[in-house]
Amino acid sequence: MNRRDFLNEITLGALGIAGLGSVAVSYQYFSPNVLFEPSTTFRAGNPDLYPVHSVTFLQDQQVYIVRMPDGFYAVSAVCTHLGCVTQWKADAEMIACPCHGSKFQADGTKIEGPAPRPLPHFAISLTADGELTVDKLEIIKSTQVLRV
Amino acid sequence: MATTLNSALQNLRETKVWKSIFRRGPANTNRTRSLAVFGNLFLHWLPVKVREKSLRVRASYYLGSISFILFLVLFITGILLMFYYHPAAPHAYRDMKDLQFVVSNGVLLRNLHRLAAHLMVFAVFWHMFHVFYRKGYKPPHEFNWVVGVVLLLVTLFLSYTGYLLPWDQLAFWAVTVGTNIISAMPVVGSKIRFLVLGGNIVGENALLRFYVLHVVILPLVAFLLIGIHFWRVQKDGGLTVKPKDEDGKE
Repeated sequence: MNRRDFLNEITLGALGIAGLGSVAVSYQYFSPNVLFEPSTTFRAGNPDLYPVHSVTFLQDQQVYIVRMPDGFYAVSAVCTHLGCVTQWKADAEMIACPCHGSKFQADGTKIEGPAPRPLPHFAISLTADGELTVDKLEIIKSTQVLRV
Repeated sequence: MATTLNSALQNLRETKVWKSIFRRGPANTNRTRSLAVFGNLFLHWLPVKVREKSLRVRASYYLGSISFILFLVLFITGILLMFYYHPAAPHAYRDMKDLQFVVSNGVLLRNLHRLAAHLMVFAVFWHMFHVFYRKGYKPPHEFNWVVGVVLLLVTLFLSYTGYLLPWDQLAFWAVTVGTNIISAMPVVGSKIRFLVLGGNIVGENALLRFYVLHVVILPLVAFLLIGIHFWRVQKDGGLTVKPKDEDGKE
């Protein structure tokens, strides 16, 4: 290897490392570290607010609090197709999406598409002072039910 | 009258200032006409000579030119709209409403920008179909066809990023749905969505990101690619024109 080839390779190598590094720091720069987004945990009030066999839509949180004889579950109201907010149709006893017509049962089970997945269940528990609290970051199995 | 004008023009051409700007005589021969085109930054990427055939309406229906003129309309009206628009919540929606109901002639500018945007998407698609059915993508035009496809994508991205800026329900849901399509990509989908939105929801960060893309990055890319696109038309030997049949019909 002569001197010119050596210097060429050193230069190209340095430029390559600098290029990769700038991709990495740009990725970091464009990923915000602090977000001013609404909290993902919220209190849903006293369990007695919800009658048995009821589906209650909490508009601000985009969550259904469902109370069935076996207990409580919190079902996401955001359609798994493209993120529209679904609605509970009390007369038809199902959850329907206004955007593309997906339908779900009260427990989130899919009746018909285009949604690819059932609506997820969020972790629901009781606080020490006896209120329901829901964590929208934690998704639990649909068989897990909060008994009160 | 005409002679006075001519002699005045002649005197102007003799001045030092004129000669410092235009380093050539009057464009009255083929040579000086070519020099006039070559020596001008804004004309040098245009062909020095154009075949009469390629100027006919049926050769191109001027679809590329129409797209470009619409782009210029969008560029100018867009800059004017920026004088009244804050890319932040809740100002964005109010500014859009102010442009409609409070600012003098604001509704004209906003609608010009909106309609020109719709028309540009339409014109660019029509341009593409026309080039496709004329076999304009064939050698030596392959590279320019690819540049054109990228320009079509840039047009659609401009349209999409501009759609969020009014910050109304239509904008919010269109971008919610569109960015959820991104997250359907395997492995990297949700990461890319996070980067595009600058968060997990369509919020202020998303509005600002879409604004910067809409008013700076995508227009710059578009201008660069349009320059290459025009320049290549001449370097690749002009428009693809249908050859005449034996009986003289096109």
